Amino acid sequence: MSTRLLLGDEALAQGAIDAGLSGAFGYPGTPSTEITEYVQRSPEARSGAIRSHWTANEKTAVETALGMCYAGKRAMASMKHVGLNVAADPFINAAISGTNGGLLINVADDPSMHSSQNEQDSRLYTEIALVPCIEPANQQEAYDVPAYAFDFSERHRIPVLVRLTTRLAHSRAPITLGSKRPQNELSAPTDRERFILLPSNARRSYERLIRQQRDFLRESEASPFNRLVEGTDTSFGVIACGIAYNYVLEVTGGAPRFPVLKVGQYPLPLAAVERLFAQCSEILVLEEGYPYVESKLLGSPPRPSPRIRGRLSGDVPRTGELSPRSVASALGFPEVHGLPASSAAVSRPPSLCPGCPHADTCRVLNDALATRRETGRIFSDIGCYTLGALPPYSAIDTCIEMGASITMAKGASDAGLRPAIALIGDSTFAHSGMTGLLDCVNENTDVTIVIVDNSTVAMTGGQTSSAERRLVAICEGIGVQPAHLRVIEPLPGRHAENVAILEEEISHAGPSVIIARRECIQTLKRGPRRPADKGGGK
Amino acid sequence: MKRDIILAGVGGQGLLSIAAVLGDAALGLGLHLRQCEVHGMAQRGGVVQSHIRYSDAPLYSDLVREGTADLILSLEPMESLRYLPFLRPDGALVTNSLPVKNIPDYPDLDRILGEIRRLPRHRIVDAAIMAEQAGSPQSANLVLLGAATPFLGLAEDSLEAGIRSVFAGKDPRIVETNLRGFRLGVEAARHAA
Repeated sequence: MSTRLLLGDEALAQGAIDAGLSGAFGYPGTPSTEITEYVQRSPEARSGAIRSHWTANEKTAVETALGMCYAGKRAMASMKHVGLNVAADPFINAAISGTNGGLLINVADDPSMHSSQNEQDSRLYTEIALVPCIEPANQQEAYDVPAYAFDFSERHRIPVLVRLTTRLAHSRAPITLGSKRPQNELSAPTDRERFILLPSNARRSYERLIRQQRDFLRESEASPFNRLVEGTDTSFGVIACGIAYNYVLEVTGGAPRFPVLKVGQYPLPLAAVERLFAQCSEILVLEEGYPYVESKLLGSPPRPSPRIRGRLSGDVPRTGELSPRSVASALGFPEVHGLPASSAAVSRPPSLCPGCPHADTCRVLNDALATRRETGRIFSDIGCYTLGALPPYSAIDTCIEMGASITMAKGASDAGLRPAIALIGDSTFAHSGMTGLLDCVNENTDVTIVIVDNSTVAMTGGQTSSAERRLVAICEGIGVQPAHLRVIEPLPGRHAENVAILEEEISHAGPSVIIARRECIQTLKRGPRRPADKGGGK
Repeated sequence: MKRDIILAGVGGQGLLSIAAVLGDAALGLGLHLRQCEVHGMAQRGGVVQSHIRYSDAPLYSDLVREGTADLILSLEPMESLRYLPFLRPDGALVTNSLPVKNIPDYPDLDRILGEIRRLPRHRIVDAAIMAEQAGSPQSANLVLLGAATPFLGLAEDSLEAGIRSVFAGKDPRIVETNLRGFRLGVEAARHAA
């Protein structure tokens, strides 16, 4: 057995590799990116034994993984929490069809929104899809989960959602590696109608999925990731989900005096919950994200006994990630004081790097819109250029979710707001901007779309953009008129020229696309890219 | 033996390399270890921090609890002050003297250094100057690691082995420069003691 120092993300990836993984797909997104990156860098992926690449978006990642598991192999798709919104359709319907080889959907939630626009809790998606969820408590469990979850998935022919949160995803610990399992042989399913979700088949499959819920509960009751640890002080009991268990152990020196139900697999192990309820008149629920378990136990109307405490009761802050401090406080331990905070430490928000091409594009946008700011708006998107919202640029007006720039600009233009400008990155455009552009072309909408093409997925560390070098061809193919498809180089020396081009296209009363192309200053510093960094690479 | 350390700095200063060296050294000694880091949006010129914990007894939390850190090791003076509520009252603070002024309202440096000097255990290190002496400004992070050795509870040779291991894939000259920087920091700490 060997030991390795791995992030939670990496431990999960290594666990999957050792569990006979054949394919890993995903779209970069903090805090999930390192799962797929780790697989890509592995000797198994480099030799071609494991197929791994960045897909155009999370939906195509889940569908590709589903296709690979259809062929009998073990596959996984990894994404951040909001990525599951994009992939919700295949995720939910793969639960109806069921799987053939094992299928894991790895989702990293970001409570406290370190690098996200919301705190949504992926456990709620497993309620819609009616699939089991595994939430490792620490890096070793993150390594151990895939072997268990792939077996589970194959035993019940069901996708399994593996939920991580930021702290586990991005914290390192020494991991003891287990044995390696060979990959599955190719074997397409013989019960073909199961994967044809015509209503007549889907109704049958849905009935089967409902019946399976009992089996999933039985598995949870016996799961190695769920454990009731008895205590001597039964005045109250704790239910600690995922990494919350670590904080409980930390603040109690590894030996809580009260009983603790550690939850790492859902559906919630009800027999263990009942044993805890039988002992304690008060239950504290500690969980990352939404008060998911708390609200289940609370019931509606709330049960009188035992008393359920957690985020809803105000014992734990309603928003944000847990910490040793918030857990200690909820458990009633006295606060430990450090030194007083200093007012000299002022805020230092993230900013565009010196020399960033987006900075030049923001200046071009501001100058071209200078006289039209009263009515004009810039609908932006998810990426480094979102930092154009901050001074000194203050260039953008919206940032909602991946792809919303072009389509919101279209809706605003349809309403009469002009000029309606969309600002979107090359990778975000490939992810979910192309369909919106097609809408604009079909309707001849008066929008000006600026695609900032830095030829990489910059915010997450420089992954390959799936539309690399093909943006012009894609826009032409979608039907943008060549006269209104312009390519500019966002450099200070070309500022006046670029402003003039943007003004021309703003005055065009139909869809225009301006591709502002200059490589990300960060990837440029790293020099020419290695072939292994390319999309579709092995 | 147990250390709870907050590493502080600004994106791009090489903070995660220090974390990696500490992690490698602690792992080499068979210690329990937890180290968490910041990825994604915050890295772009903004605040970067890492919590690193090692101990001969099991550790559970990835995060250091407020009021319990033994050391704040900072690559930038203002950033060193950001985490004071994490530092236990008799904890140590080791910081680079060179500010990164990428914000318009960066406070007066003398005020910052004054606040640091009022702490019971502090070291303000001219890491940039020593990094130049070592051969590269890039080695300032390892100068600071060297300057923090009195508070780390890890032997110098373990840390040097960590530097060799973390930078193993790089040009051997980078390893040598980093080792020189680290030793200059260690030397400075001896004189300061």
